[in-house]
Parts: sequence; structure tokens; C-alpha cells
Amino acid sequence: MNDHTILSWITFIPLIGMGAILFVPRNNSGVIKLIAGIATAIPFLLATQVYFGLFDKKSAELQLVQQLDWIKAVDAQYFVGVDGLSLALIWLATLLMLVAVPASFGIQKAQKSYYALLLLLEVGIVGVFVSLDYFLFYVFWEVMLLPMYFLIGIWGGPRREYAAIKFFLYTLTGSVLMLVAIIALRLDMGAIGAENPFSIPEMTLQAGAGMLTGTGLPFGGHLLGMQFTTWIFWFLFVGFAIKIPVFPFHTWLPDAHVQAPTPISVILAGILLKLGGYGLMRACFPIVPSAFNEFAYALGILGVISIVYGAFVALGQTDFKRMVAYSSVSHMGFVLLGMAALQNWGMSGAALQMFNHGTSSAVLFLIVGVIYDRAHHRDLNGFGGLAQVMRKYWALTTLGFFAALGLPGLAGFVSEAMTLMGAYNSEREGFKTLVIISVIGIVITAAFLLWTMQRVFLGNLNEKYKDFDDINFREIMCQAPFLFLCVFLGVAPWYLLDWMQPSIDKLVTTLGG
Amino acid sequence: MLGLLEFDPSIDFKLLLAVLLIPLIGYVLQIFLRDKLPRGDWILTGGMGIVALITVFLAAKAIAATTAGEEFFHASSDVGMQFGWFYSDLETPAVNVIAGILYDPLGAIMLAVVGVVSFCVHLFSQGYMRGDKRYAIFFANLSLFTFAMLGLVLSDNILFLFIFWEIMGLMSYLLIGHFGHDPSQPFFHRWATWASKKAFLTTRVGDCCLFIGIFMFWDQFQTLSFTGLWEAGRAAVEANGGEFPAWMTTAGLFVFGGTVGKSAQFPLHIWLPDAMAGPTPVSAMIHAATMVAAGVFLLGRMFPLLSPEVLTVVALTGSFTALFAATIGMTAFDLKAVLAWSTVSQLGFMVAAVGLGHVTAGMYHMVTHAFFKGCLFLAAGSVIHGCHHVQDMRLMGGLRRKLPVTYICMLVCTLAIAGFPLFSGFYSKDQILLAGWASVGDIDHFGGTALFALIALPVAAMMTAFYMLRLIFITFHGEYRGNMQEHMYSEMIASEGVEGPDPNEHGPGEHGDDSHATHEPHEDPFRKNSMTQALVILAVMAVPGVAWVVHTWVGGLISIHTLYPSGIADWIGAKVPEGIFDPDSHMAHVAHGRALYLSLFVACTGILGAFYLYVMRRDLPAKITAGLGILYTTCRRRYYIDEIATACVINPCVKLAVILKWIDEKIVDGLVLLVGRVNKLAGFLSAWFDRMFVDGAVNAVAHVSQAFGAAFRLLQTGRIQQYATFAVGGGLLTAAWLILS
Repeated sequence: MNDHTILSWITFIPLIGMGAILFVPRNNSGVIKLIAGIATAIPFLLATQVYFGLFDKKSAELQLVQQLDWIKAVDAQYFVGVDGLSLALIWLATLLMLVAVPASFGIQKAQKSYYALLLLLEVGIVGVFVSLDYFLFYVFWEVMLLPMYFLIGIWGGPRREYAAIKFFLYTLTGSVLMLVAIIALRLDMGAIGAENPFSIPEMTLQAGAGMLTGTGLPFGGHLLGMQFTTWIFWFLFVGFAIKIPVFPFHTWLPDAHVQAPTPISVILAGILLKLGGYGLMRACFPIVPSAFNEFAYALGILGVISIVYGAFVALGQTDFKRMVAYSSVSHMGFVLLGMAALQNWGMSGAALQMFNHGTSSAVLFLIVGVIYDRAHHRDLNGFGGLAQVMRKYWALTTLGFFAALGLPGLAGFVSEAMTLMGAYNSEREGFKTLVIISVIGIVITAAFLLWTMQRVFLGNLNEKYKDFDDINFREIMCQAPFLFLCVFLGVAPWYLLDWMQPSIDKLVTTLGG
Repeated sequence: MLGLLEFDPSIDFKLLLAVLLIPLIGYVLQIFLRDKLPRGDWILTGGMGIVALITVFLAAKAIAATTAGEEFFHASSDVGMQFGWFYSDLETPAVNVIAGILYDPLGAIMLAVVGVVSFCVHLFSQGYMRGDKRYAIFFANLSLFTFAMLGLVLSDNILFLFIFWEIMGLMSYLLIGHFGHDPSQPFFHRWATWASKKAFLTTRVGDCCLFIGIFMFWDQFQTLSFTGLWEAGRAAVEANGGEFPAWMTTAGLFVFGGTVGKSAQFPLHIWLPDAMAGPTPVSAMIHAATMVAAGVFLLGRMFPLLSPEVLTVVALTGSFTALFAATIGMTAFDLKAVLAWSTVSQLGFMVAAVGLGHVTAGMYHMVTHAFFKGCLFLAAGSVIHGCHHVQDMRLMGGLRRKLPVTYICMLVCTLAIAGFPLFSGFYSKDQILLAGWASVGDIDHFGGTALFALIALPVAAMMTAFYMLRLIFITFHGEYRGNMQEHMYSEMIASEGVEGPDPNEHGPGEHGDDSHATHEPHEDPFRKNSMTQALVILAVMAVPGVAWVVHTWVGGLISIHTLYPSGIADWIGAKVPEGIFDPDSHMAHVAHGRALYLSLFVACTGILGAFYLYVMRRDLPAKITAGLGILYTTCRRRYYIDEIATACVINPCVKLAVILKWIDEKIVDGLVLLVGRVNKLAGFLSAWFDRMFVDGAVNAVAHVSQAFGAAFRLLQTGRIQQYATFAVGGGLLTAAWLILS
């Protein structure tokens, strides 16, 4: 293992673990869990080592790059590397996967396949974050889809099959649009004689030089009255926006969340949604910067709609998990708003918001899981007074809720403030109004979280639940790392932002900010 | 002596840091160790005592410096005590948030107030909260509440002020909701739960306005530190030919929105009266030194940046709130409710003073108010404790003999808030009325605002004197009415003409399990009673003589010329009435004289009115209220603002949420499902097409082949003879054809 292969190790160790699990007898669940634990712990440790040892945080360049020929016929390469942006998300992904293993101990059904699929999912997720070749990126993107489909469809709730198919088809639609765009980009790169036509950094360079406009293609840069770049932009954007998810592409999310088992929800909200935002930053905007700048206001509007609309719909929910799912829509709206503003703080805030939403939404879904395991329902009006019997649980929930509603001192505030201040400072027209509107979302978020707090934890104790056990050690330990990150990054955000800053600044410059 | 009182940055900033860290450490210790910590409450109270001592000591330094005519502005960034918050890099302040401590006259006096009042509240709580189920958590939260306020005061930039501002919001949520966890008190249990939510959400509306205001200032000035903002503001105004740019008016209004929320100004005042659902020490904390004071403090910090238009709005809001809340205060019967409405009213005075340009009067009133209101609330707590958690004044009466220390402290502070001569409130309220006269003297500049304020404020002051003395007379004088029968009490409430008993004004006490053997009101001996000890400390500050000393010192510390650095002080002169900015002018002398007579007049009228109605002619109030009819009911029901807010804001929001949920499920998701159905239908149709035509074609081919096969099968018999016949016959036919052709 050396500097150049460490990313590959991080990516593929879970695959080795998956292979190992397949050789374990199915009734030997202890060994299966152990292997799953090890196969997720090692990537996490390696990612930590990269974070604190191998990575040069002052540099904006792609680091730890490994570039090998792969499919010569189409010039696809095995090309991986990280910068400050992707590294933070890789670290979060490996942490989430590590926590997902003990969080899954309650699952009894077909454990062998479950953990095998979980590890395969990690390969896909981390693979997307390290890929710098668009072909490889797409392969990992699809690798991720399949285990998720089975994890929801087999281990999910009563309507799991509906939710799984909806998730699969919705995401696949996005993937197909992406694939079309990728092929078109590949052809265009070939037409302008690029050396590595699938390489994302090279596409970025060419696009920055104004070369990637489709003029070399048979239809000469225009198709059905729209520019080539516009087509590419919208195809890629919709593909990624479905993942974020941005209004109006968000409706798969609540269904998937409600049906998915707790650890899968945690992964879904914690890291899968970030792939959309990351994809836009890495593989959409820099490749078609002109179209991005042209449609930035539209994106900002979509972001604000997601923020405000998501918050209101969350306020209207009676299902605990659906409410949390819609709060994700609202929070991820900040990501889009911050990116669209094209301002350094806005972009950093968007990246940080992805990270912070990863931690805070993980906590929220774990919280829902704790109560669902005990009560076997999630009706917000069916609880009441739980703070009297579950004191520790209530305390942790309070912290989690206030982290989610962006209380200063906790992580969510930093990213929201940064995003909004950046967006307000944007040179683009109209963003000041958008920021002021989006603040409504902050108030409504506080409203539905506190209302939930009141309905579930305060008031009169529901007699049915007076014998509930308080949150146990395993459940606390699952939440602990995320709660710690919420507090730590709320107090000392520079620990993460320092790492991201050079890459973000470079991205903003590339996009013309 | 003077050497000791000189500000030494190398040591004193560390002391200020300690002031900030002591309550924080106390909180962490208490929350994690709780019962394992022997006498955790004493550790926290002791810590707060140290904080109080340090803050007073440092304030003395500030007073010494300003009295000597020196400028007193100390930023920790000058001695390298600062840190970059977004990024650790300190080189590029324009794209970073750099935080440090600012210690100036305003901060110095506020810090001392917070330290002392908070110490007294801690001390008081030891007696008052004893036996509470969540005693340790209560102390921890109280400590963090103080921490947030101290941090707010010490912040050198507006973003950090906002951070502490919001943490305070969280702590008020937790503390107001303290009884929400105690099901043994069904009434408080339910009330505390929604009151805490209401407080957090209402103030958050204001907070978000402030947040937007911060964006606007940062967007234009690229700095967040107060000193930087003041300088940039001055430069921007100078560059604009001496006029405030339009955007600064907008931004200033948004910033003022924060004050409206936190300092309970109309129309966001609705949370404060309900905040008394929390334990009484928390009310004292919220109403005196923290939370509501933060909004006024913010106005003090941002005053140089507020344009004259904003100040007009500020003055009108403050004057209106002062009058409006006073009318409600006159009708309340709950001991704490009277005090709560008086706080809203007094905050209106402070805000109005700032709006009229007399920012010092506003800050000064905040200081005196913090002490006497803290004392009043704690005294109310002592009364409620002594009366076994009855809060309705109609069930009290004649308590002056049973609770002597409490009575004296409360009387002193009542006279102070009423503006009785020589008590502390007199000095500060006189200053505010002075602002009114001075602005009327500057009528070209202030116009109708000044007139409105000059009418509203004295009337409100008169009402304050009236209802505060009413409180004293009903509670402490006359006969004890606590033995009133249950049905008599209900009748009394029913006879009032208010539809249904107001849930906020009676109900069981704060502690359900009453361990006291006797039901007679009582007060524990002073020596053993931390509650009355705390009262006395606070009341002393309002006593004539002490009040005069404080007035002299604080007057020297915070004047319009010392509150901001000299360049800024000269610049803001344009917004301050001449009679205040230049104390030696003719106008100043005229206004001083008038304000003095006016404040004497209103205080005495109010007090005499209360004496007449509640001591001499006790039969009159009932007749008057009956005569007022709907006017009284409206007032008693708080002008139905809560109902209006529910009908116009909360219900529409919830309704909108339900509608959007429906839209999301039926339309947004419906479209997705429609696409799914269309695809399914298309699939079905293509399957049918496939069966009928594509597969049909294949089958047709098969059928044709079959038919051919069947036909040809007839030839394939497998008999050699037949094949031979065909072969020979074929050969012959071929030969025949060849020959013939």
C-alpha cells in the first residue's frame, strides 16, 4: 500500500469483505458481523490517515492520484484522486458505513446477504467520490444503485417493494440522462482530440477554455434550437438533482426513507444525497460553466423552493420519519442555493452543509429508529410524555433537533449562515431576495422540530409506553460520533473548512466567480 | 489605588475569558456529573459569585478610566487574543469571521449587571427550587443561560453576538419548559410545554430578521466587528453626502426586528408574559439581566448604524409598547403577570429612549431595571413560595407582617420602578422623559414622533406607578384572603365578566407536593434563607443614596460621549437631540427642568391613585371595571393579540403545511405516479401489440411453415420404393424435357 493506491484500498476493501462474507455459513452471524465491522473499519482508518497525514490541505490540486488504462476501446481509464471537497465526504461516508454496521445488529432477516450488500454499497459510494474518470464514475454510480434497491426491497417496511421500485426507477431515469450526457461529452472530447476523453479534470480544463461546445459533433453545437452545453447541463443536472433531491424530483425520498430500515435511512440521508451535490460540484457545473452561469438563478429558485416547501411539507407530516425525510429536502436546498450563488462562502457553505446534514440527519434517523424499535409505529400523535421515561434519549434528541434546526454553536448553523451570507453577497441578480425568502424555511424548521418535540416527548405520558427502556449503550454509541461532530464543527468549523477552502476557491474561480 | 484600577490588557482579558469560562465549565460539570457532584449548586453559585466579583472589579476600572476622561475601548485583538472562526487563517479578515473580546463602557456595565443579577438568581434558586426533581439540570441550564448572556456582551462582532443570542434562546426554551417534565403538576406541565415553544418560535422570527440584517451589513461592509461596522458606517454616510444610504435603513429595520423579538416589543411581545410558565428564578433571569436585555443591548451596539428613519420606527414602537403593556398591567391579577407586563412596558421605555436618540438613557434604564426587576421577580417568588404556590393576588393580602423582608425589598423596588424620587428608577426614567422633552425641543428633527413619545411615555409611567403600587396594596396590605373558599374564588372570577377563567392567571402552584405543614404564609429567618438574602442584595441597588452613587458612577461611565470611540461619538451627534448631546446648552437646562417636574408629577399621581383605589376606597375598582365593560375585558384579554396571532399567522401556516402536503402527495408525487402508470400502460399496450402483431407475425411465419411442412410431409413417407419412383419419374421427366426442348 502506498500513496498512490490508498484510495483504491479504501474503495475496494469492502469488496474483499463482501467476498469473505460470501464464504461464511449463513447461520454464523457473529462472524459475518465481525467481517462487516472490519471491512468498514479499515477504510475509515485509512481515510482518517489520508485526512491527517497524506493529504496536503494547502493545495487545491487533486491528490493521491492513480491513473491506469482500463478499457482501451473507449479510452476509459481507472483514474482516481481526491481534493479537499471529496476527501471530507469520503471520510464521512466511511464513518457512516462503520456506524451502519452496529446500527444494523437488530436486523435478523438474511443477515449474510444484508451485510454483503451493505459492503457493496460502500464500494459504490466511495467509488463515486474518488472517480475522476467519467466512465468509472458512472460505473460506480450504478454499482451503488443495485444494493440499495435490494436493501430497501428486502429488509424494508410493509410497502418496501413499492418504495424500492420507485427509488430504483426514479434514480435510473436520472442515470440514463446522465449516461446520454456522458456519451455526448465523450464524443465531443474525442472530436476535439483530447488525450483522455473520459477524464473529468480534462473535461473541466477544456470547458474552461471554451472548447467543449459540441461544435465537432455532427449536429454542430446546436440541437433542437438549444445549445449543446445547455442540453448537457440539464441532463446532468436532472440526474444529480434527483439524488439531492431537489424539488420537484424529491418524492421518491420520503417513500424510500419510510420503508427503508433505520441504518439504510441513515446511509441514504447521510451520504447518498450528498452524491448529488458532489456530482454537481465535480462533474456538472465545471464541465458546462457557461450553462451553469446562465441558469444559476433558476437553480437558486429551485433551492429556495426546496428549503421553504420542504419545511412546510415537513410541518404537515404526521409520520416521524417522513417528517425527517422532508427536513432533508429542506436542508439540501441550502446546498443548491449556496452553489448557485457562485461566491466563495456560498460554495464553502454548500459543501459544509452537505457534511453537516450528513451528521445531523444521521442522528435524526437514528433517533426515529430508536423509537420505532420500541413502539413499532411512527405516528407523531401516538406518543407523548416520553421524556419522563426516556431521559437520556430525550437529551440526545434535543441536541439532535437543535443541531438540525441550525442553532448557533452547532454545526448546522455554520453552514447555513455561510451559505446564506455568501448567497446574499453574490454578484448575481436576485439572490438577495432568494436569501430573504429562504429564511422563512429556518423559522418553519424550528416550528416543526419543536412541535415534534412537544408531541413526542412532552405532555402527558402515553400509558402504553410507560415501561419503555431508555436508549441503550449501542444506540448511544451509534449516535455519539455524529453528535460529537455536530458540536465540534459548530464550535470549530475551521477544522473542516481549512481543508476544503483551496479546492472550493479553485472551483469558484473555474466557474468564473 | 489608581494603578490597581487601570485596565491591564495582559491580565484583564484573561479575567474576562475566565468570566466566560466559569459558567460554561460549571454547566459541563453539572450536566455530566449531576448527582455525583456533591453540592453542585454551591459550586455553580460560588462560581457565579466569582464572576460577579470580577465583573464588578473590571467595571470599576472602566468607571475610573471614564471619570478621568479617558477613552475606554479595549479589543482583545489588539493583544492577539482572537481567532478565525470559519478559517484558522487570520490574514484575510474580509473572507473570515475573526472573533475576540470587546470591553468598552457599555460592555463593562452590562457585564457587571449580568454577573451580579445572575449570582443573586443562583443564590435565590437554592432555596426556591429545593426539592425539585430536576434541580441539578435546572442549575446547569441557569449557568449556561448566564454564559450565553456574558458571551453576547463580550462579543466583538455581530455574528458572535448572534450566536450567543440564539444560545440564549435555546436556554430560555429549556428553562421556561422546566415544568414541562414534571407531570405531577398537570397545569404547569401543559402550560410550560407550549409556553417554551411559543417563546422560542416567536423570538426566532425576530432572530431571523436580525440574521438578515447581519447579511446586509456584511454584504456592504465586509466586516462584522462592531468597531469596523461603526467606522464603515460613518464612511458610507460621509460618502453619501451625510445622508444614510437607503439600504442602511432597510438593514437597520431588520436588525431592530431582532430587538422586537428578544426584547418583547409589539407585536412580538406575546411570548414574554407566557414565559412566566417557567420557575420564578428563570423569570427573574429572563426579565432582568438576560434575554430581554439583549435586545436593548443590541440597539446600544448598533445605534451608530441606525438611520434616522429607523430610529423613528424604534421610538414609535417603544413608546407604543410602553403604553400598551401598561394598560394590560393594570388589569392583571396574577402576581407574576403584573411584573411580566411591567417588563414589556419598561422595555418599551428603553427602546423609545434609543429611538429618540438618547441611547444612554435607554442603557441606563436597562441597568437600573435589571436590578429592581430582578428583585421584584425574586420577591414575587418569595411571596409565591411563602403562600404555597398561589400566584393570584386576590388570594393574598396583608402579607407585610408575614413576609417582612420580602415586603421591604419589594416596596423599595416598586418605588424604584414607579419612578419615586431618589429611588434608582427615578434617575433613569427621568432621563428617558428628558429625551422626550429634548426631542420635542428639536421638533424640526423629530416631528410627530417626539410628540407621540412625550404623550405616551409619561402616561405609561403614570400607569406603571399605579399598577405597581396596586400590586403592593393588594398583596401586602389589607386582610389575608388566602383562606377564601374554592367556590367563592370561582364566583369572583366569574363576576369579572371575562369569558371563562384565564388559564394563565390561576391554577395550582408550581410544586404539586406541598411538604409544608401549615398553610399560613411564612418566610424563613433571614440568616438561613438564601432567598431573602438574594433579594436584599438586589434591593440595595435601588435604595436612595446607593441609587445616587450608582447614578453618578454609571452616568460617568456611559454618556453619549463615552459610549462609542470619539470619532463615532462626534458623528452620531446628528441623531441625538441637541439638549442631550450638549448638556450645557440652554435647551438642556430647559428640558431637564421640565423632565424633572413631569416625572415627579406622574410618579406621585400614579401612587396616589393606587392608594386611593386600593387602600381608601376598595369598593371602587370593581365598579370602575364594571363601568368600563368591553374596554376592560379587551385589556384583560391582552387585546386578543394572541388570538389574532393564532388566527392570522399560526393557523395559516399549519393550514398551508397541510395543503402543501396534499399537493406534494397528490400532484408532485401524483405526476411521478402518473408517469409510472403511463409507462405501465405503454408496457401493457406494447405487450399486447407484441402478442398480436410481432409475435403474431412470428406465429404467422410458423403457421405458414407448418402448412408447408404439412404439405411436404406428404412427400416424406420414408418408403424407398416411393422415393425411387420419384427419382426415376423425375429423371424421366427431366430427360423428356431436355429431349423435347
